[in-house]
Amino acid sequence: MYAQQVDTGVAKVRTAADMTEEERAFQARIDADVKIEPKDWMPEAYRRTLVRQIQQHAHSEIVGMLPEGNWITRAPSLKRKAILMAKVQDEGGHGLYLYAAAETLGVSRDQLIADLHAGKVKYSSIFNYPTLTWADIGAIGWLVDGAAIMNQIPLCRCSYGPYARAMVRICKEESFHQRQGFDIMHTLCRGTPEQKAMAQDALNRWWWPSLMMFGPPDGESVHSAQSAQWKIKLLSNDELRQRFVDQTVPQADFLGITMPDPDLKWNEELGHYDFGPIDWSEFHSVLKGNGPCNRERLAARVEAWDNGAWVREAAVAHAKKQSARKEAA
Amino acid sequence: MSTEWPLWEIFIRSQHGLAHKHVGSLHAPDAEMAVKNARDVYTRRNEGVSIWAMKSADIAASSPADRDVLFEPAASKVYRHPTFFPMPEEVKHL
Repeated sequence: MYAQQVDTGVAKVRTAADMTEEERAFQARIDADVKIEPKDWMPEAYRRTLVRQIQQHAHSEIVGMLPEGNWITRAPSLKRKAILMAKVQDEGGHGLYLYAAAETLGVSRDQLIADLHAGKVKYSSIFNYPTLTWADIGAIGWLVDGAAIMNQIPLCRCSYGPYARAMVRICKEESFHQRQGFDIMHTLCRGTPEQKAMAQDALNRWWWPSLMMFGPPDGESVHSAQSAQWKIKLLSNDELRQRFVDQTVPQADFLGITMPDPDLKWNEELGHYDFGPIDWSEFHSVLKGNGPCNRERLAARVEAWDNGAWVREAAVAHAKKQSARKEAA
Repeated sequence: MSTEWPLWEIFIRSQHGLAHKHVGSLHAPDAEMAVKNARDVYTRRNEGVSIWAMKSADIAASSPADRDVLFEPAASKVYRHPTFFPMPEEVKHL
């Protein structure tokens, strides 16, 4: 998802027998759905895992501004431009809520950003794909934000209070993103044959990467099981992916465009859509840094950070001068 | 030189008559920027009519370890709730 394959630092899921008394009390609180708050005792592995997960999530929001920012100056109308700016601004806000949640776990903002820039921490691979046409902005809102919402709604109930509260705010704002994306697709699909073809082309390119956003198939990761026990991952990758497919296929039917998957068909018996195999080699290759835009995205972030350094320093100097003047007066 | 801006806690009053409520935190170099940033981060959808910002470092908080001792006295005083007192059904307006 926005946080992919988060390492929990454990080799196997901790059972009651492995746990210290403190850990057992901690797990009991989680099992009773009591939220864990910043100053509460927590196992070091829980704290570290959450820092990684929230941090990846925050970086994804911030890096996610880049592919869409690409189209702000080229939006087809002033209205679309204003809407896209509002959406991109929201993503920046979401990044900030999440950074703040991560900071409650005792890491500094500068450290989080340094980790991203040093390539120590990932962001969602989906943002390593380019936005080639205006229809991509529609497909991102509809599919990428749609997949994100699917993952984020359960996280509103996660065990860590500040993370859960950030997710509540984010989810409230996110449905605007999905609808504006669908609205772009809907408009294109009702337009000229060329415009509809553009929408189909965007769907062709974004469908599989969107399904990969949910992460590798279940049962491959001890980390998922531990995160589930800690209630920082509430539904499995495959469960969420299936929900997303079931929800999205009828929307594509309505638009009159088709998923690039010959195996996709309704399974009457299961009440779900069956879909074809996912090319996980592509996923792993993008994750390793070999997607179409990995280098470009990170370079853009580092450049923005470095170019903004003088502004941050000037603001601090100004604040110091003001407070010194106040004291002298 | 490290330029990390201090952390501020942001409180928003959603409409006239309601108290300011904690909504989250942000970094800002000074109070003026904290309020301006809070406007952009926390009121993009008309969530507020007033903003308070205070430095996180200035907040005094109770410790989770003291929770039992601190809040125990209230636990035994159920008579502070009106529902503690049985009221005869035929008596009205109480």
